[in-house]
Amino acid sequence: MTQTHDPSNVTNPEHSVHHVVPPSTYLMVFGTLLLFTALTVVAAYVDLGILNPVVALGIASFKAVIVILFFMHVKYQSGLIRMTVACGFFAFLVMTTLSLSDYMSRAWGLW
Amino acid sequence: MLPQHLHHFETERQQREAGTFGMWIFLLTEIMFFGAMFLAYLVYRNWYYDAFVVGSNQLSIPLGATNTAILITSGFFMAMAVWASEVRKKGLLLLFLVLTTFFGLIFLGIKSDEYHEKWEHHHIPGQNFSVAEFVNPHAYGLNEKPLAPDMAQKTQVFFSLYFCLTGVHALHMLIGIGILFWLMWRARKGDFTEGYVAPIENFALYWHFVDIVWLFLFPLLYLINRHPGA
Repeated sequence: MTQTHDPSNVTNPEHSVHHVVPPSTYLMVFGTLLLFTALTVVAAYVDLGILNPVVALGIASFKAVIVILFFMHVKYQSGLIRMTVACGFFAFLVMTTLSLSDYMSRAWGLW
Repeated sequence: MLPQHLHHFETERQQREAGTFGMWIFLLTEIMFFGAMFLAYLVYRNWYYDAFVVGSNQLSIPLGATNTAILITSGFFMAMAVWASEVRKKGLLLLFLVLTTFFGLIFLGIKSDEYHEKWEHHHIPGQNFSVAEFVNPHAYGLNEKPLAPDMAQKTQVFFSLYFCLTGVHALHMLIGIGILFWLMWRARKGDFTEGYVAPIENFALYWHFVDIVWLFLFPLLYLINRHPGA
């Protein structure tokens, strides 16, 4: 996109270049997502003991991260957006930690 | 400046970022919305693990995995739609929006087929629920460990969570598909191929979020303890 002469930088004070993510990147992410879906199914049939849910959630988290970074463009966005995304997961973490500590400290097994 | 530029924003980019920020704030509320149900799942899965294993085994992995692939494909086409809008290709934008909707509808079709199967097997919690197959699985041809009657009743908890989680997810998809039809109608008029990308971009955020929720739902609901002979 061409910029006209703009000495006081009114048009683009954030000095940002608008990044268009190319289809090839999307294709690679798409392929990776399908591959890891297959991997998750295969891993479910292998007895990894206590690690089964860990592996399953780990793979799901990895897939979520690449969707967020590439499909949702967060990798190419400003600090404001990245901070917002981080806040979301932090809030979920707080909810989980506090609720679990409530259950574990006084109501575990008392069903 | 675009015709959609609002006076209280100094630059186009600032307006666009404010819109994206707003959509992410909404998605944060959605994380908490689904998060609460995931938390319930977490607690009950730990308390009634055996019931959850048997319940999970009643779900079809081929259907679930296919649905996951279909939703991922739908998300890919939505990302491509954002690209088409950015490079101002109206025909491609329409094509990708149509494909996104199409795959979304296929997902819902398979989901309703699964729900129907649950109805037939008396796995819908409530009046029609039957624990008979869980107390005496071998009599029903199921290769499962028999559950004591009180634990067998807890499979209702699993199925309640299954229907709540996938049902609310499906509701989000229905709403998304409704919005997609509106976007397609506007895209056809050329609204999104003259530099104004925000609605496509921000809807894509919503759609990808719904996809991510499913990426977690699939292993948590369908893949609990699937080792042969377990």
